[in-house]
Amino acid sequence: MSWETVIGLEIHVQLATKTKIFSGASTAFGAAPNTQACAIDLAMPGTLPVLNKKAVDMAILFGLAIDAEINLVSAFDRKNYFYPDLPKGYQTTQLDKPIVGPGTVEITLADGSHKNIRIHHAHLEEDAGKSLHEDFDGMSGIDLNRAGTPLIEIVTEPDISNAEEALAFAKKLHGLVTSIGICDGKMSQGSLRFDVNVSVRRPDEPLGTRTETKNLNSFRFMEKAIAKEVARQIDVLEDGGTIRQETRLYDGDTDSARSMRSKEEANDYRYFPCPDLLPVVIEQNHIEALRASLPELPEARKKRYMADYSLSDYDAGILSDDASMAHYFEASAEVADDAKLAANWIMGELSAQLNSSETDINDSPVSAEQLGGLIVRIKDGSISNKMARTVFEALWNNPADKSSADDIIEQLGLKQVSDSGAIETLVDEVIANSAQQVANYAKADASKRPKMLGYFVGQIMKASKGQANPQQVNEVLLKKLDALI
Amino acid sequence: MTIERADIEKLAKLAQIGITEENIVATTNSINSVLTLVDQLQAADTTAVEPMANPLDATQRLRADTVSEANCRENFQNIAPAVADGLYLVPRVIE
Repeated sequence: MSWETVIGLEIHVQLATKTKIFSGASTAFGAAPNTQACAIDLAMPGTLPVLNKKAVDMAILFGLAIDAEINLVSAFDRKNYFYPDLPKGYQTTQLDKPIVGPGTVEITLADGSHKNIRIHHAHLEEDAGKSLHEDFDGMSGIDLNRAGTPLIEIVTEPDISNAEEALAFAKKLHGLVTSIGICDGKMSQGSLRFDVNVSVRRPDEPLGTRTETKNLNSFRFMEKAIAKEVARQIDVLEDGGTIRQETRLYDGDTDSARSMRSKEEANDYRYFPCPDLLPVVIEQNHIEALRASLPELPEARKKRYMADYSLSDYDAGILSDDASMAHYFEASAEVADDAKLAANWIMGELSAQLNSSETDINDSPVSAEQLGGLIVRIKDGSISNKMARTVFEALWNNPADKSSADDIIEQLGLKQVSDSGAIETLVDEVIANSAQQVANYAKADASKRPKMLGYFVGQIMKASKGQANPQQVNEVLLKKLDALI
Repeated sequence: MTIERADIEKLAKLAQIGITEENIVATTNSINSVLTLVDQLQAADTTAVEPMANPLDATQRLRADTVSEANCRENFQNIAPAVADGLYLVPRVIE
């Protein structure tokens, strides 16, 4: 008998504000420890929080992008727990009155089908600092630069049925928050973090006991953590065991997971309304102004790509989901003046390199302009596809070098020979030097001949040092051989 | 609800407060009188009353998203018990 998997996600999205949610300290990434932690972030006595308008607006923009209700009155609560990277002893968050109410996100699966994932709500809260456990001889080091960074936590309904759907949802959400400009989307810097709630059950039975795996900061780790946890739960249940409700930690480097705490040890957060912050009241006309400012959403972008560039549903989806990807595609397609070729190169060679080196498209060593320039030379026949891959590799391996594709073609002497006179000479030479092969070709059955062409083409390409236009070589060769028979 | 001398002794220990022998009876009595007051408050019928998180008839003011805080790490770390490499040091915590 089969098992059904039920998954719900909680996603922490760092908002791309310049300052903290409750203080005027900078949120810039990578500053020296504690240089961006002010008296408010450090919970010094006598300080009071003042809410950042931009953080509120960004939360509203998210709500509008997923067609959610925006709550005109929302409020902050204190979630109490003790940990040294939380100096106040509580996290300021929203429990009963979140700013964003229920909404939906539609995902597209590999087979082309669509599914709606319901969003339960999204709320504003602050991030905690960072603890460093190494190097301090029995002590932990605390960096509070991140403390007070604004987050929205997005909570889904348990509508996700497997790792593939979870991944599609996560990527869709990533594309959404980067497209509307509320998050930089840099997973490696923790800008988007996923908590995964997983349970399994037999079809038509009530929900099973769930576990929560926290703080997954890459798509790949999330996918693997889910697969691992589903397999573990099924193993336990099939061996007659029971699932404990617990929080688990997944280590991506070793692909292993362990229990962090069980329900019995779970914190009682003693939530209560934050007396330092008054209710947040939003005017309807402010919401309408924000709605009018919403940029093009990935879904609309996808439709535009299909209509304007005749891309397939699948291709358009991949290129439009992520704002950076979309920007790269549009820039390279413009330089290349060929959307289809640009799409193929981005989804083929470029994506393969980005994936294998785990590089974000924003940090691609090959710029959209460079790729566009390369495609121009493929289109006008200056270089073959094979040469183009060599040029691409050269561009990829020298990120500091701002050479254009043309510069590289020049440097490597890769100019493709498309001059028909030159090609005819090459073909004539090879035919003259291959009397035996020509005789064989003439004797052979017509159906066998195409295969025999390989020898001649190989010799010609070798003679041209790989620079003859293969398509032209084929045409000329066939013409000349047929004339000899 | 009333509490006994033993409860006070336990609470004092948990809160790490020293209560002397001569004060313990007085402390027990005063805490019991507060609890009596709470009992009185709890007798009020609040079924139709919306919980009030804040007594002020005002809404939250918002600030512009501009950096207004300078780096004052040195001042803050002067009063910290232990620091190293710009980090605040605390007894080791590992989850």
